[in-house]
Amino acid sequence: MIPDRIAFRASDTNLSRRSFLGTSAAIGGGLILSLNLPLGQSKAANSDSFAPNAFIRIGSDGQVVLTMPYVEMGQGTYTSIPMLIAEELDVSLKQVRLEHAPPNEKLYANPLLGVQATGNSNAMRGAWKPLREAGATARMMLVAAAAKRWGVDAKSCRAQDGEVIHVPTGRRLKYGEVVAEAAHMPVPGNVTLKSPGDFKLIGTRAKRLDAPAKVNGTALYGIDARPAGVKIATLAQSPVFGGRVKSVDATAAKAVKGVRQIVRLDDAVAVVADHMGAAKKGLAALKIEWDDGQHAKLGTEEIARELEQATLGSGAVAQNTGDADKAMASATTKVEASYQMPFLAHATMEPMNCTVHFRKDECEIWIGSQAMARLQAMAAKAAGLPVEKVNVHNHLIGGGFGRRLEADGAVRAVEIAKHVDGPVKVVWTREEDIQHDMYRPYWFDRIAAGLDDKGRPVAWKNRFAGSSVIARWLPPAFKDGVDPDSTEGAIDLVYDLPNFHVEFVRVEPPGIPTAFWRSVGPSHNVFVTESFIDELAAAAKQDAVAYRRALLDKSPRAKAVLDLAAEKAGWGQALPKGRGRGVSLQFAFGSWLAQVAEVEVSKEGAVRIRRVVCAMDCGTVVNPDTVQAQLQSGIIFGATAALYGEITLKNGRVEQTNFDAYQMLRMNEAPSIEVHIVKSSEPPGGMGETGTSAIVPAIANAIYAATGKRLRKMPVDASLLKQA
Amino acid sequence: MSFTVKINGSTHSVDVDGDTPLLWVLRDVLGMTGTKFGCGMALCGACTVHIDGVATRSCITSIESLGKSQITTIEAIGETPAGAKIQKAWLDHEVVQCGYCQSGQIMSASALLASNPHPSNADIDDAMSGNICRCGTYVRIREAINLAAQTNEKGD
Repeated sequence: MIPDRIAFRASDTNLSRRSFLGTSAAIGGGLILSLNLPLGQSKAANSDSFAPNAFIRIGSDGQVVLTMPYVEMGQGTYTSIPMLIAEELDVSLKQVRLEHAPPNEKLYANPLLGVQATGNSNAMRGAWKPLREAGATARMMLVAAAAKRWGVDAKSCRAQDGEVIHVPTGRRLKYGEVVAEAAHMPVPGNVTLKSPGDFKLIGTRAKRLDAPAKVNGTALYGIDARPAGVKIATLAQSPVFGGRVKSVDATAAKAVKGVRQIVRLDDAVAVVADHMGAAKKGLAALKIEWDDGQHAKLGTEEIARELEQATLGSGAVAQNTGDADKAMASATTKVEASYQMPFLAHATMEPMNCTVHFRKDECEIWIGSQAMARLQAMAAKAAGLPVEKVNVHNHLIGGGFGRRLEADGAVRAVEIAKHVDGPVKVVWTREEDIQHDMYRPYWFDRIAAGLDDKGRPVAWKNRFAGSSVIARWLPPAFKDGVDPDSTEGAIDLVYDLPNFHVEFVRVEPPGIPTAFWRSVGPSHNVFVTESFIDELAAAAKQDAVAYRRALLDKSPRAKAVLDLAAEKAGWGQALPKGRGRGVSLQFAFGSWLAQVAEVEVSKEGAVRIRRVVCAMDCGTVVNPDTVQAQLQSGIIFGATAALYGEITLKNGRVEQTNFDAYQMLRMNEAPSIEVHIVKSSEPPGGMGETGTSAIVPAIANAIYAATGKRLRKMPVDASLLKQA
Repeated sequence: MSFTVKINGSTHSVDVDGDTPLLWVLRDVLGMTGTKFGCGMALCGACTVHIDGVATRSCITSIESLGKSQITTIEAIGETPAGAKIQKAWLDHEVVQCGYCQSGQIMSASALLASNPHPSNADIDDAMSGNICRCGTYVRIREAINLAAQTNEKGD
């Protein structure tokens, strides 16, 4: 969402530690992800525990509890963030237990965003300094407490594996034995962080802390919440966005065994039952008439036409260097193209759900959320209660991809729960989940370049139109008609482009809500820029890697990953007929990534991705296994979108309902993926979304190499690739 | 109507309509939440359990169709030799990400390994392509199944 360069309150990265200091154990309430035991309720810290900041609590029994400000949705945060703290605290990962942070923007805001949210691949970027400082601060206070008890100089002591050691005498005290005194030690004004050479954990393939519970069925997601007496509800929402319920005949639904209640809202109907089977059966038995409202005739084509029109006008200037018009006029060759990206649903494996217990003057919520404080505020508004009367329990997240940055589901569940006596778990069917998502925007891009007589781009002009999610989600970041997310990957390119002009036209589509989707702005922009630079190479009759490389003199890290990926992929080596290699290069989320995809296109036009080779420079690697896993993950996610992903509207309704029409890449289609990591001691870059944006143009470029057909509209249309 | 079902070696009596899918009996009636809901149409495999050892989508399996069958879920799969090997391989090879689909993946993989100790890549495709993973752990799932199969002695 927000690249670092316009980070909000970025200075808080340094201030955060101090502002957390002195906070006592105000952390209860969250569920614990126990590493040794099944999940349990958080224990209140006892009075002699040591909680030097909002992230660390050490009990007199020596138990180290880490409160996780970022949420675990598969990206490995619940392992990599503890690695940062444990490294500086000098405890092993076996000694720590994790808790989900409660909503508290003051304590748990992401310093790069200014809000408590996990997204934009920036947890590690935000945590890298403050959470190591949190660990180091706690360690220094424990060491000081032990030194005081021994009557020795703290400088003669060191910490190791959860103990303080007095080096000259070899005396040892476990952390748990000094927590009471540590709590009264002065907070050190300056902490010295370990130098990379002293890292014991950072840089290792530490095992995921959440894995054991995820292989034996004990991991708890929001959908698994079962407060005593909970009822299960499912719902039908107006099939056309903005429509209303006209009438409901619930006679047959009420007769279904296990159905307890029908809740009618303005634009939705919910069936409350003893179990989801009865709720779904009741829902199917409802006779609902809808008033479709103003979007009753809306189709995707209409939205696409409007966006296309918008690119013919003028937009807000996102970046301007040199004089693109003048350079274009004197160019030897002019290349023009337009590109389109479709609406996409998130389709998280865990369907949308939220459990709410609404009482007269308070409300309790169980959910998996990427943005807890936002959710709490919006739920409180829906409940008509002050924020502090809404208690939210976060959970492991069964797929986020941006969907769970939104609180629409919690708001809906609160609206239903207000009519229900006791707790109710509202579970979206997959059909409701796909048809009432908040979608990745549709984009239309009009792009042109002028080449000199050597084929080198001397002018670059791009104007694209689409929704600004930021303008709704974080309004202050939308300024002068542009926002940092919509434009990431379209501006600040790694290439040397002297005359460069990019405009964004914000057009909010009618009748369909938009939201962040894994790899956000770059998911669109990297496809366009990396496809188009490939077009320029082709127009200049040059090799796609060599062409890019010649433009990278100002971007040594980009050049290094491009070279590495090309070498490992065997770039330039012959392939059988029907196969092709395509390359992509991106700087996004603070990391440099090059990918080479190898595809096979059948005579019928079916595309099979055989192999993907990537080279990543993400600065310091906290956990190389996570980097590899996230690239594998991001690539499959992006390849799914490239081959299949498309949400379409007809008569105002989303046409896709389930995994039959909204298809996912499966095991038999998964390519082999090779990940090569560049060694670096720079600060860490983001990882979780990088693979997704980079793979789409790599696939399109590989299809071009295999067939000579340039696909400028995603997803891949096999009919365009069919051989006559 | 009351039905008697045998799950993980225990007998349970549940009072639901006969067409109620087993998935909801497990999750909502009996509180066994390890088995996951993904699509409700046998398209994604998140709800996979074993019925008499056969990997089956519980979201479309009615309670009245079960008869005297033995049902095994993720909560007890580790007690079977193939299930224990698969779970260990999953941990050794660090397969999981968000983890939501993994109960179903492990149930499908365990059924495969129990019936076919040395599956080929094509066998793995056949057995596992009904299980969707949005995190894209397919590469590691394949490797983990191969890893688990290696622990089977040749000729098992």
